Amino acid sequence: MKSKRHVRILQRIFFYGIGILLIAASLFPIVFAVFTAFKSMDEIMADPYMWKPPVTWVFSNFRQVWSSVGMSMYVKNTFIITIPSVAGALLVSSLGAFALAFYSFKLNRTVLMIFIGGMLIPFQMLLIPVYRFSDAAGLINSYHGVILFHIAFQLGFCTFFLRNFMKHIPFSLIEAPRIDGASDFTIWLKIILPLCVSSFAALSVLEFTWIWNDLLWSLILLQRDALKPVTLGLANMQGQFITNYNMVAAGSIIAAVPPLIMFLLFQKYFISGLTVGAEKG
Amino acid sequence: MRLKKQSLVPWCFLAIPLTMYAIWVVIPVFQSMLFSFTHRDSIMIETRFVGFANFIRLFADPQFHLALKNNFVWLLCFVCIPIPVGLAVALLFNLDFGGNRIFKTLYYIPMTLSFAVIGTIWAWIYQPDFGVLNSFLRAIGLPGLAKQWLGDSRYMTGALVAVGVWRQIPYIMILYIAGLKNIPIELIEAADIDGTSWMQRFRHVVFPLLGPSTIMAVTISIIDSLRSFDIIYVLTNTKARAAEVLASYMYSSAFHYQDYGYGSAIAVMQFLITFLFIVFYVNNSLKNEIQR
Repeated sequence: MKSKRHVRILQRIFFYGIGILLIAASLFPIVFAVFTAFKSMDEIMADPYMWKPPVTWVFSNFRQVWSSVGMSMYVKNTFIITIPSVAGALLVSSLGAFALAFYSFKLNRTVLMIFIGGMLIPFQMLLIPVYRFSDAAGLINSYHGVILFHIAFQLGFCTFFLRNFMKHIPFSLIEAPRIDGASDFTIWLKIILPLCVSSFAALSVLEFTWIWNDLLWSLILLQRDALKPVTLGLANMQGQFITNYNMVAAGSIIAAVPPLIMFLLFQKYFISGLTVGAEKG
Repeated sequence: MRLKKQSLVPWCFLAIPLTMYAIWVVIPVFQSMLFSFTHRDSIMIETRFVGFANFIRLFADPQFHLALKNNFVWLLCFVCIPIPVGLAVALLFNLDFGGNRIFKTLYYIPMTLSFAVIGTIWAWIYQPDFGVLNSFLRAIGLPGLAKQWLGDSRYMTGALVAVGVWRQIPYIMILYIAGLKNIPIELIEAADIDGTSWMQRFRHVVFPLLGPSTIMAVTISIIDSLRSFDIIYVLTNTKARAAEVLASYMYSSAFHYQDYGYGSAIAVMQFLITFLFIVFYVNNSLKNEIQR
C-alpha cells in the first residue's frame, strides 16, 4: 500500500514537472512578445534581452500601434473579410451537405470526394488561375474577391464536416414533414438548419481562426495597403519598423488576440472540429 | 440516403456550392496543369504552348533541386518529430491528474496563432546579436553554437522547420487525444496491475489501438509539410533562396518573375507529390462510413 502511494506521488511529480516544462516550451515565445510589447524603446536599447520582464510596464505602445501605425485599420479590414467569409461558407456548404447527407444519387460519393480532396490541394496549384480569374473579373483589390475565394475554398472542409454531422440526424425527422407535403427547401430551412446550430458553432470557430490567420490569399488578391488584413500588416510592419521591437510586438499581440479569444471561449468546439476525419478511419 | 426518384433535387441544392467550388478550386487545378505546358512572361501577351519544356527546365534547375531537398527535410522533420512528441504529450496530459485540461489548453495555444504572428516573434528569437537563442547559448557557455540562424544558408532551413515543428506538435497532440478517448483509461494508466510493464502495455495495446490516429497524423503531417509557405514568407520574405521550398519557389517564380508557365510547373510537381497522400486521406476518411 505504502509503495503504491509512493508511486503515485512520484507520478504526480513527474506529471507536473514535465507538464510545466512542456507548457514553457510551447508558450515562451508568446511570453517574450508580451514582455517586449510592454517595454519602452529606451529599456530595450539599454537591455535588449527579451526574456526579462519589463522594469516599467509601458502601455502606450498599444495605443500608438493601434492609431498611428494603422493597426486599427488592419484589424477592421480583417473583420470585414472574416465575418462574411465564415457566414457565407457555412450557409453555402449547408446546402451541399444537405444534398450529400440525405439524397442518394449516382455521383454522391464522387462529389463528396471532390470536396474533401480539394481542401488538401497545395495552395500553389490554385494561385495563378485564381489570380488571373480575379483579375479578369475585376476582383483584385476588392473585398469581394477575397471573401468569395475564402467561401469557395472553405466549402471543402465545411461540406465534409456538416455532411458528417447531418448523417447522424434521424431520417424520420425529415420523412414526416415530407409526408405532410413540405418541400425539400422547407425541410432544409426549417428542420435541418435549426438542428445544425451546434455544428455551425464548431465550424465557425475554426473557420474564423483560419480565415483570420490567412496570409497568402490576401497577399495575392489585395495589393493596396488600405485593404490589407492584420497578417499582412504585421509582415509589412516587420519590414518597416524592424528596430521598434516594442511596436511590432504590440502589433502581433493585437493580431493574435481575436483567434485566441475564440479558442479559449469555444475550446470544446474547436477541438471537436479539428479532429473530424481523424477520429474515423 | 433514402430519398430516391427525384434525381434533380440534390443537384438544385448542390448548384451554388459546386459552381463556386468549380470556379475557385476545381477548374484552377486543371488550369494550372495546362499552364505548366505553356510559356508566358510579362512582356509577351500571347501564351505559347511549349510541351514539356518547363518540366525539362525544372529537372535541370539547381534551385528546384534545392527546393525539393529542403521540402524533403520539412517532410522528414514533420513526420519524425511532431508525431512521437505529440503522442508522448497526449499520453502525459491524458493522465488523470488535476489541471490536465488546463495543460492541454495552454499547450495548444501556438496552433491558434497565425504564422504572421509566430514568424514575427521567432525572428527575434533567431536575431543573431541579442536574440533569445544566441543569448541563451552564450549564457550556458556555448558561444560557439550561436549562429546567424536566418542569415546563414546552412542553418536557415533548420531554423524555419523548427518553427513549423513547434507549431505542429500541439496539433498532433489534439489528434492523439481524440484517439485516446476511444481507449479505456485502464489500458493507458501507468499503474502496474498484471505485471506487464508500462512500455509493454504501450507497445502491444495502446499504440496498436491508436493506429487510425497515427495514420491520420502521418498523412496530415506530410500534406502540411508540403504546404508550408507562410513561415518562409514571414521569416525570409521568400528572398532567401537557400531556404526555398516548392511552395515558396513557385510563388517567387510566378509573382516576382512573372514566369507563370514555370511557376505552374512547380505547382504541378508539388501537387503530384501530395496527390497520393490526398487520395489516401480521402479514402481513409470515408472508409468506415455509416451506410444508410
